[in-house]
Amino acid sequence: MTYSPLTTYTLRLGDTCLVLAQRLTGWCGHAPELEIDLALANIGLDLLGQARNFLAYAAHLQGEHLDEDQLAYGRDERQYHNLLLAEQPNGDFADTMMRQYLLDAWHVELFSRLSQSSDSQLAAIAAKALKEVRYHLRFSRGWLVRLGDGNELSQQKMQSSLNKLWRFSGEMFHADELEISLAEQGIAVDPRTMRTAWEAEVFSGLLEATLVKPTQAQYRTGGKQGLHTEHLGPLLAEMQYLQRAYPNQQW
Amino acid sequence: MSNVHWPLYEVFIRSKQGLSHRHVGSLHATDEQMALENARDAYTRRAEGCSIWVVKASEIVASQPEERGAFFDPADSKIYRHPTFYTIPDGIEHM
Repeated sequence: MTYSPLTTYTLRLGDTCLVLAQRLTGWCGHAPELEIDLALANIGLDLLGQARNFLAYAAHLQGEHLDEDQLAYGRDERQYHNLLLAEQPNGDFADTMMRQYLLDAWHVELFSRLSQSSDSQLAAIAAKALKEVRYHLRFSRGWLVRLGDGNELSQQKMQSSLNKLWRFSGEMFHADELEISLAEQGIAVDPRTMRTAWEAEVFSGLLEATLVKPTQAQYRTGGKQGLHTEHLGPLLAEMQYLQRAYPNQQW
Repeated sequence: MSNVHWPLYEVFIRSKQGLSHRHVGSLHATDEQMALENARDAYTRRAEGCSIWVVKASEIVASQPEERGAFFDPADSKIYRHPTFYTIPDGIEHM
């Protein structure tokens, strides 16, 4: 199936939320404390709601009797357009918090700008999501600092998570022709323009958390083009199992 | 490695239309900020326009049930201490 540029762009935004939401549900009942369990579930729910909004809009744009469920459960990994960072495994709590922080900082910047989009539907989804991602950032930055500036072991774990995930951060500011052209029409946000604001947040967060910014700059990209790490396939196999075993049912 | 202490916090919430903060429950958190965030998740579902107070349980001094007599009884026998002799005009609600 070929998607229009606007549909593809909408899917990219939705897929990142959907895949990250799926990852966060993996923590359910396994978080370090009851309160964290609750908060992670809450963030997962917010992200799933955002994913539904984007996917429903993408389905609407595409027509052809598509709906959000068919998009979530009927596409394989080559048709998923999420950022590589979102599909990375939960790892330990430090890995999850670092992944969350890097993406939350990006989401806050993205949705602040996207809420000014000339596409009223995208603007409305972003405006609603903005309130939620601000809360997510507060939570993840809180934990970034608590763990980074915690004890020796927690700082070490946070630093190692940062070193591990940093190579996926460049993709957030990588623009392809599709995004540049939509940005010129005032619909999309040009990812390159978000880097300064994101760095301002993240560098100050890392400083406060006494962590060292990695110098390595060989960024991994490809998620938006459907070229994923080896982690997405198994994630989708688990997520889509029932729908593929019993397709087209009402639940 | 010493584990972080998670003390008990009591949570008071004033809803959007509410007049005063009401005690709604308690939770464990490492500090006031985390207690606020957790209270928001657990007790308000992040409803806009409500106010949350959290206070460490150890900060609260409660009256003792066994001192009930000394604390509350004398007032009952002195009816002049209660404004019960006024008639309330018609049309006054919620008294």
